[in-house]
Amino acid sequence: MDEQKKDYVLLKGNEVIAKAAIRYGYDGFFGYPITPQSEVLETLAVDKPWETTGMVVLQAESEVASINMLYGAGATGKLAFTSSSSPGIALMQEGISYMAACELPGVIVSVGRGGPGLGTIQPGQADYNQAVYGGGNGDYNLIVLAPNSVQEMADCMGKAKELTFKWRVPVMILSDGVIGQMMEKVELPPFTPRRTEEEIHQQCPWATNGMGLKGRKYNYHSSLEFDPLVMEDRNHKMAEKYRKIEAEEVDYDTYKADDAEYLIVAYGISSRVSMKTVDTLREQGVKVGMLRPKTLWPFPNRILNEKAENLKCILCVEQSEGQMIKDVRLAVEGQVPVYHTGRSGGMISSPADVVDAFKAMARENISKNWPKGYWIK
Amino acid sequence: MAAPFGGRGALYMTKEELIQPENRIYGKPALMNDTPMHYCPGCSHGVVHKLVAEVIEEMGIEEDTIAICPVGCAVFAYRYLDIDWIEASHGRAPACASSVKRLWPKKLVFTYQGDGDMACIGTGEAIHAMNRGENIAMIFINNAIYGMTGGQMAPTTLMGMKTATCPYGRQADLHGYPLHITDIAVNLEGTCYVTRQAVNTVANIRKTKKAIRQAFENSLNHKGCSVVEVVSTCASGWKKTPEQANQWMTENMFPYYPLGDLKNTNE
Ligand SMILES: Cc1ncc(C[n+]2csc(CCOP(=O)(O)OP(=O)(O)O)c2C)c(N)n1
Ligand code: SF4
Ligand SMILES: [Mg+2]
Repeated sequence: MDEQKKDYVLLKGNEVIAKAAIRYGYDGFFGYPITPQSEVLETLAVDKPWETTGMVVLQAESEVASINMLYGAGATGKLAFTSSSSPGIALMQEGISYMAACELPGVIVSVGRGGPGLGTIQPGQADYNQAVYGGGNGDYNLIVLAPNSVQEMADCMGKAKELTFKWRVPVMILSDGVIGQMMEKVELPPFTPRRTEEEIHQQCPWATNGMGLKGRKYNYHSSLEFDPLVMEDRNHKMAEKYRKIEAEEVDYDTYKADDAEYLIVAYGISSRVSMKTVDTLREQGVKVGMLRPKTLWPFPNRILNEKAENLKCILCVEQSEGQMIKDVRLAVEGQVPVYHTGRSGGMISSPADVVDAFKAMARENISKNWPKGYWIK
Repeated sequence: MAAPFGGRGALYMTKEELIQPENRIYGKPALMNDTPMHYCPGCSHGVVHKLVAEVIEEMGIEEDTIAICPVGCAVFAYRYLDIDWIEASHGRAPACASSVKRLWPKKLVFTYQGDGDMACIGTGEAIHAMNRGENIAMIFINNAIYGMTGGQMAPTTLMGMKTATCPYGRQADLHGYPLHITDIAVNLEGTCYVTRQAVNTVANIRKTKKAIRQAFENSLNHKGCSVVEVVSTCASGWKKTPEQANQWMTENMFPYYPLGDLKNTNE
């Protein structure tokens, strides 16, 4: 496309979520205000997409209601999303589990703040466990995308749309208060029309919208199963699907990681901070690079495991007390030690903080002089 | 027609011969399939299911109906009626129905909920859906008890009534008072039709059917939110025979939950 004709704008991450949703042809938004993501609903309210694309926008009475509205929307084959932040996402967990259980599409945007409890309204990354391991009951996974720029907030709305229908798994976009609140130049996607009811009918034969009922058996979505053998079978089938997703949908980025002896692993805002750290350390002659998971589930296990062979150690940078670090440790299967740095409760590490943490890690790693294979034990 | 039975019970006609279209005075609605129902004998749920099926069939809107069933004894409603169903989590059917109706504005969207589902865990969702004037119908089976989980106290349990969790009878100081959610619905601007019915007699069954039809038409015509409460029996939860349950309902529930239309903005 001609550079001139592209839709470049300067916007906040949260605003872009709203604008991208309209442009990607989302059918509905259902959400409840919470800092630091309220601009999503506010932007939709200003833009009034119900008058243009026909997208439905509703301020729900709670996050519990929002997620159940998403459940209903997904059940009928519509593309809807909700957005919230830490305590609100906590309230949604039952509904998320129900959506996963019924294999329904839907997109949940999570703009993380400091926790636990009401926590702070400042940005945080302490909801990795909440997103990846869920608080809902049962054997299920969500696809979790982790944008690290305002541009990627827009892109993730498109990717989430594709993935949630492709796999019939709810997709969570795990962002944080910095990405949600900061302004960057962004290229908005072109307008895609919402699917017509006839298209939904063709594409979603499983949907419970009454269409074509006379020519088929009735459809239903239910997660209840009294027969444990049948329930187990359902779980097995879902697990098979999850294994396929793990094989096909892993996404990550690397930064100066080809010849790296040390690796930083970071997502979201921490990856932006860590890029600066890598630059600083590279200037000082340290062979350090970064790997950034763009999907937190499925997690880039294989590439981390392969890279670990040539690494001295790994520093996991997260603005929490350390949550993703467990997945990094599992991925490298003890080949190298994995350290954590990051602040929590709404504080964000500066690139210099990460440089210091990196140097402390490297010193400790050298002084301990771990015997070969130590970490495998 | 010759009498089918002779002296001492000898059968002159086979069942097949007997069941002829011209002999039929009562039938099952076509939308009701042959799946054996799990409801206890004498339970109101089954009767209301039948009425829902009849109304949808009579209105000819099978392909334009999206139904939301609850968590409660009606959790398996989707097995019995050949329409598209979404089984919502406990209490959240009104939220689910709200998005569905907004996304499919031409469809009939209705919830089917028990008293625990609508008046306890899902009070918030119910009241807000009503208050927003969502163009949905809500069928509310008030049997004053948690049937599915084995007869525990419900928000609608009567004062003095014994349940598994108020074995000495409901007491105000311990358990508070019964919640009249339907009466609350009347005062919400978003509701257009609020009615309380029962299915204990043929006459009442007819009235309930009329009420359901009215509520469904309101949903299709975007009149606002309709609530059809059906004061119901739960013979098992009440530990009574079906006959005793009907009698107990007439004597104790009706005075407390009087039948009739409570609001109709169409009139
Ligand atoms: C979140 C949650 N809490 C509790 C339950 C257990 N539960 C299932 S049905 C029910 C009560 C249903 O009572 P009611 O809505 O009155 O329906 P009825 O069975 O009487 O028709 C409860 C508490 C549940 N399924 N989910
Ligand atoms: S327990 Fe009560 S409500 Fe449930 S099926 Fe039996 S009689 Fe009906
Ligand atoms: Mg009940």
